[in-house]
Amino acid sequence: MAKKILVLGATSSIAEHTARVWAKRGDSLYLVARNAEKLATVGADLKTRGASFVETKVADLDDLDLHPQLLAEAVTALGGLDIAYLAHGVLGDQAEAERDAIAAEAILHTNFVSPVSLLTWLANFCVKQKHGTLAVLSSVAGDRGRKSNYVYGSSKAGISAFLGGLRNRVDREGVSVVTIKPGPVKTPMTAGMEGNEKFADVSTVGKNIARAIDSRRDEVYVPGKWRIIMAIVRAVPESIFKKTNT
Amino acid sequence: MEMPETVETPLLFQRTTENDNHDGPVPFESWGRYPRFPAKLVPLAWQSDFPRVVEEHDNMPTGALPVGMGRSYGDVGLLRDGHLLVMTGLDRLLHFDEQTGVLTCEAGVTLAQILDFAVPRGWFLPVTPGTKYVTIAGAIANDIHGKNHHVAGTFGNHVPMFELVRSDGTRMLCSPTQNADWYAATIGGMGLTGVITWAQLRLKKIVSRLIDYQGIQFHGVDEFLALTEQYKNVEYTVSWVDCASTGKNFARGVFMLGEHSVMPDELHESPEPKLVFPFNLPGFALNQYSVKAFNTVFFHKQIKRRVRALQDYEPFFYPLDAVLKWNRMYGKRGLLQFQYAIPWAHAREGTIAIMEAVAKSGLASFLAVLKVFGDVPSPGMMSFPQPGVTLALDFPIKPGKSFPLFDRLADMTLEFGGKLYPAKDARMTSGQFQTSYPQWQEFAKYKDPLLTSGFWERVTI
Repeated sequence: MAKKILVLGATSSIAEHTARVWAKRGDSLYLVARNAEKLATVGADLKTRGASFVETKVADLDDLDLHPQLLAEAVTALGGLDIAYLAHGVLGDQAEAERDAIAAEAILHTNFVSPVSLLTWLANFCVKQKHGTLAVLSSVAGDRGRKSNYVYGSSKAGISAFLGGLRNRVDREGVSVVTIKPGPVKTPMTAGMEGNEKFADVSTVGKNIARAIDSRRDEVYVPGKWRIIMAIVRAVPESIFKKTNT
Repeated sequence: MEMPETVETPLLFQRTTENDNHDGPVPFESWGRYPRFPAKLVPLAWQSDFPRVVEEHDNMPTGALPVGMGRSYGDVGLLRDGHLLVMTGLDRLLHFDEQTGVLTCEAGVTLAQILDFAVPRGWFLPVTPGTKYVTIAGAIANDIHGKNHHVAGTFGNHVPMFELVRSDGTRMLCSPTQNADWYAATIGGMGLTGVITWAQLRLKKIVSRLIDYQGIQFHGVDEFLALTEQYKNVEYTVSWVDCASTGKNFARGVFMLGEHSVMPDELHESPEPKLVFPFNLPGFALNQYSVKAFNTVFFHKQIKRRVRALQDYEPFFYPLDAVLKWNRMYGKRGLLQFQYAIPWAHAREGTIAIMEAVAKSGLASFLAVLKVFGDVPSPGMMSFPQPGVTLALDFPIKPGKSFPLFDRLADMTLEFGGKLYPAKDARMTSGQFQTSYPQWQEFAKYKDPLLTSGFWERVTI
C-alpha cells in the first residue's frame, strides 16, 4: 500500500534523498518548502521517479500561524497521514549568533520552536487516529554543546529532548517518534570542504533514514558509527572538554 | 589498504592524496591522474545557481569550467587555479515520456543513475561509453561515442534539446531547430560554450538486461576490417587488440559483437559495485613483460576461435566499472590515453603503421580498443568521431619515454589525415590541434568568455 507522507523542508538535500526512496516505491508525497522554483524541481523529480501522488506547497515554516491550516490541507490532500518527516532547519552563523541575540533566537526559532509547533498538531492528530510515524531530523551536534556551533547544537539538543518526551507520551497510543541524528553529510554544499572525504554520502544517508523510519526506530544515528563516537564525546568530563577546541 | 565500510556513489572530483600544498587551492586530477592542477571547487545544486555563484566568487577572475564526474583523462576537465563548477548536485529527473522514451533530466545526472531508472522500465541508453559514471552534460560536452557508433552515431545524435546558460545570464533552449548554431557548438564543445542546466535524452526500448554476445579471434588489421564489414549490421561491435606483440602475433585481437537479447527477461536494477582498487601500484609493476603476459592470457582466455553466449549488459559495456578507482593500477604517475580517428582514405595503412610503432616501443598497456566509426554525421561542430578507424590505448606514464612516443604517434596520426580525442588528451600541441580541428576558430566565437579549461589554454596559445 502506498504510504501517505508529509515532507517539511522538502528541498533540503537529506530530505530529497530520503523522499527518493519513497518515490521509487510509489508512495504519496506532500512537499513543503520555502523556495517555489526549487520545490517545483524536487516535485518533478519525485513524480518522475514514481511517486503515485505529489503535491507541493510553498510556505515559510517559521510562520507558526500558518501551521494548523497548512497541516490540515496536507492531510486532506494526502487523504490521511502515515508519516510526517520534519527536515527543515538552518545551520546559522555561529559567530553572528555570539554577537547578536536576535540571530541566535532565529536559529532556535527555525530549528526548535517551529518543529515543536508542528509536532504538537501532528502528535494530537496521530493520537486521535491511533496511527502514524513522526520522523524528525535532529543532529549529533545536539548531543553535546561545542564552541564551534553551540547555538545550532542547543536547538538540536532541545528538539531531541522534546522528541524523547513526546515518544514517552504517544508510544502507548500507537504513534511512533523517530529521532534522526546525522553526522556530517556530503551534500552539494559541503563538496570540496576540508576533510569531506570522510563525510557520509547523502544518498546512502537518505536510504538509511528511510529504513529507520520504516522500522520505527526510536533514535537513529546515520551513519551508525556516530552512536559510538558521540557516546565517547559525551563521556569526556566537562573539566577536560571545556579546554578542547572543537 | 582501505576498504570503505560502505561503497559510496563513485563520485569524483578526486582530491589528490599527494598534496603538499596545504594553504592554497587543492590540486585536482581527472581520470588519467595527469596533469594535476590546483583549483577551487564550487558545487552547484540548483539550475538557478549559475551565473549567481560567479558574483559570489568575485566574478571568478581566473576563469571557470563546469565539470561532472572527472572521467575525462587529461585536462579537458581541469583548469589551473580556476573555479571548477561541480554539476553533480544537479541530479534530478524532470520528466519521462513513456510513449517516446524521452527523458528530461538535470545536467549532473549520471548514466548510471539513468540506467537505474530506465532499465526496470524497459529502456536503455541510446549510446553508452565504456563507463557509466559520467554525467549527461559531460557526455554531451564531449559528444561521446560507444560500441554502436557505426549504426547510432554519437551521444549528441540522441539529444533532442537542452538548456544552455551563459555567464551573462542569457538562457537558451537549444535543439536542431532552435538556436541550432549553439546546439552544434555545445555538443562536443568541451563545456566551454556555457553551462548546460538540463538536457533531454531519447532512450531506446529493451526487453532484457542480457546481451547476445559473440567473440571472434582475429590476426592482423586486415582480418579486423573484414570482420567489421561482415558484421556491419550488428548493433554493438568493438575489438580488443594486442598492441604489444610483434611478428606473427602482431595486431592479434578479439572482435566482440553484441545485440540486446530479444527474449523478454527480468529487468532488475544493477547491484552497487563492491570492489575498490585498494592502492597505487608501484610504477614498475606495469612493464612490457607483464603487459605481454596479460595480453596472452586475454587472447587465449577465449580458447576457441569463436564463442557465443548471453551476458549481462554490465560486464559487456562496463567491465572496468566493477572495480572503482581502477586508475590506481597505473600508480601515482598516472596514465596517458591516446585515441585517434583516421578517415577511411588512410585508415588501414595508418592503423598498421601506428600499431607497429607502439609495439616496437614496448610501452603499450593492455587496454587497447579498436573500432570502426560509421558515417552517421556527428551533430557537434567539434565532435571527434568521423568515418574511419579509431584506436584507443593507455600508456602508463614512464619518465622520459612516454611523452616522446606519444608526440610521435600524434604526428603520425596527423600525417594520415586523422585527429586525436580532446577528452582523452593531455599532450596535443596547439599546432596539432589547430591542424586537425580547423573549425576551432569558428567554434571560439561561441566560447563563453568566463569559461576555459587546461586543454583549451594549451591548444589555443
